[in-house]
Amino acid sequence: MPPILSVRAVAKTYKNGFTALRAVDLAIEKGEIFALLGPNGAGKTTLISIVCGTVTMTSGQVLVDGHDIARDYRAARSRIGLVPQEIALDIFATVWNTVSFSRGLFGKRPNPAYIESLLRDLSLWDKRNSRVIELSGGMKRRVMIAKALSHEPDILFLDEPTAGVDVGLRRDMWTLVRKLRDKGVTVILTTHYIEEAEEMADRVGVIDDGRLLLVEETTHLMRKLGKRRLTLALQHPMEAIPPELAGWSLELEADGQHLVYSFDANAEDTGIPTLLRRLGEKGIDFKDLDTSRSSLEDIFVSLVERAA
Amino acid sequence: MSGPFLNGAGMWAIYRTEMARMRRTIWQSVATPVITTVLYFIVFGGAIGSRIQHVGGVGYGAFIVPGLIMLTLLTQSISNASIGIYFPKFTKTIFEILSAPLSFTEAVFAYVGAAATKSILLALIILATATFFVPVRILHPGWMVAFLLLTAIAFSLFGFIVGIWAENFEQLAIIPALVVTPLTFLGGAFYSIDMLPQPWQTINLLNPVVYLISGFRWSFYGTGDIGVGTSLAFTAAFMAICVALLWWIFRTGYRLKP
Ligand SMILES: Nc1ncnc2c1ncn2[C@@H]1O[C@H](COP(=O)(O)OP(=O)(O)O)[C@@H](O)[C@H]1O
Ligand SMILES: [Mg+2]
Repeated sequence: MPPILSVRAVAKTYKNGFTALRAVDLAIEKGEIFALLGPNGAGKTTLISIVCGTVTMTSGQVLVDGHDIARDYRAARSRIGLVPQEIALDIFATVWNTVSFSRGLFGKRPNPAYIESLLRDLSLWDKRNSRVIELSGGMKRRVMIAKALSHEPDILFLDEPTAGVDVGLRRDMWTLVRKLRDKGVTVILTTHYIEEAEEMADRVGVIDDGRLLLVEETTHLMRKLGKRRLTLALQHPMEAIPPELAGWSLELEADGQHLVYSFDANAEDTGIPTLLRRLGEKGIDFKDLDTSRSSLEDIFVSLVERAA
Repeated sequence: MSGPFLNGAGMWAIYRTEMARMRRTIWQSVATPVITTVLYFIVFGGAIGSRIQHVGGVGYGAFIVPGLIMLTLLTQSISNASIGIYFPKFTKTIFEILSAPLSFTEAVFAYVGAAATKSILLALIILATATFFVPVRILHPGWMVAFLLLTAIAFSLFGFIVGIWAENFEQLAIIPALVVTPLTFLGGAFYSIDMLPQPWQTINLLNPVVYLISGFRWSFYGTGDIGVGTSLAFTAAFMAICVALLWWIFRTGYRLKP
């Protein structure tokens, strides 16, 4: 099956001369949940804005379900729903009117029954006659989602959907995303939280500095990148790692006060119990221990190193 | 290729929303021009007019009616259309218009259509108000409607451009204040331009508003400073310039898309 979204060598240099995207290639399959993962300023918003038609590309080509977004923009855009990073609403309009407006704007005939079910799904039904100005921030975000879904798009873009969002909305949003996927809707979201990508996405694309560094199935990526660090705060600082511990990938940090063990969290045998036993035998005492996941930064560093 | 269909529903959605936005401010929209017009009648028509008597065979009060209607039509067309497009830019809701399967032309038609509708409605209200003060005749109603439509559309197009150009509220207000009001006052709303001293009379021939008011007045009373053909040609030329500018905006994405 041809991809529902195909991005070919898309580059973007803004008018001030800043290059936000460098020849990005990406193919998204129909019905998948795809996470675009990258730090702030990586180019995530730029990429989805180009696909949605709100930013012009400098060069490249984008096909949505086979339709070129430049030549055949009507067909391309009518398949897309976009929830941008920031809330932007006509605050004087009522919830019902602004959601119906979006449906009309995308060329669809009115369908009150569909809008009703949409508003119910997003817990907005009771607020349908309220003006947007009367709603809380979370409710406004729900309205943004309802507007994006009002014309029954095949592809939904969610730009940083959980940034500054409360737990309830986050949960509802993921329920909704799964429901959409079950209906065959493709969902593309951006995030700078690795946990979010892991939790939601079938595949993850890692983007940094305008470059798509890799695209992987989430489970593969997590296996690859699922390194954790066990940090032992030692009673007595160490000068060097004793040869008896050479079997573990250990490092000394904080002037020898911390012994750090990097291990594969997904492995059957993490090697931790034997390490701790060996430390006991050697009389190496520690006062505290802590485990942490490799941060997004660590991951980027390792990816960039690998790419080089 | 712009695709297989015309997005009528999309245009209608914008048009309706724009009209609804105008309804929300109906009292300001109607009250301001009506009060202003009544004041003009009292001051110009009553106080000054009693000394002027007749201009080109028409009573002074009746003479200023077409000019006053044009004044409202111009300022309202520009302000409605410029706010119509500036507001979504300001609230950032324009992303939705830009991401919709709607051509630029369709968006312009919807916004400009709504702005022109409202300014024409107001112009008709002013006309109705005027009939309370002075006897108004309309010799060429067909031409009157044509001038009304053409002017409302041309200046709504112009307002749309102003709204795209403006980056803040000051810039939005400056064009009507700095350009339109002076041109209208110099344009013969309250006098026949041959009453102006030279060289202003000649300089004023570069003022597009002169042609609009003259043509419009001709449709009422059959007399004008300038031939009706020239008036029409000038209005059409102004419209063509606006359309060309909009075409350029569309090609370059000027101030709409980064
Ligand atoms: N309109 C613009 N003009 C100039 N630079 C921009 C513009 N929009 C974004 N950028 C820059 O492009 C880079 C990528 O931005 P963005 O796509 O928003 O990143 P992300 O969404 O991944 O945080 C950033 O460095 C940002 O400052
Ligand atoms: Mg972003």
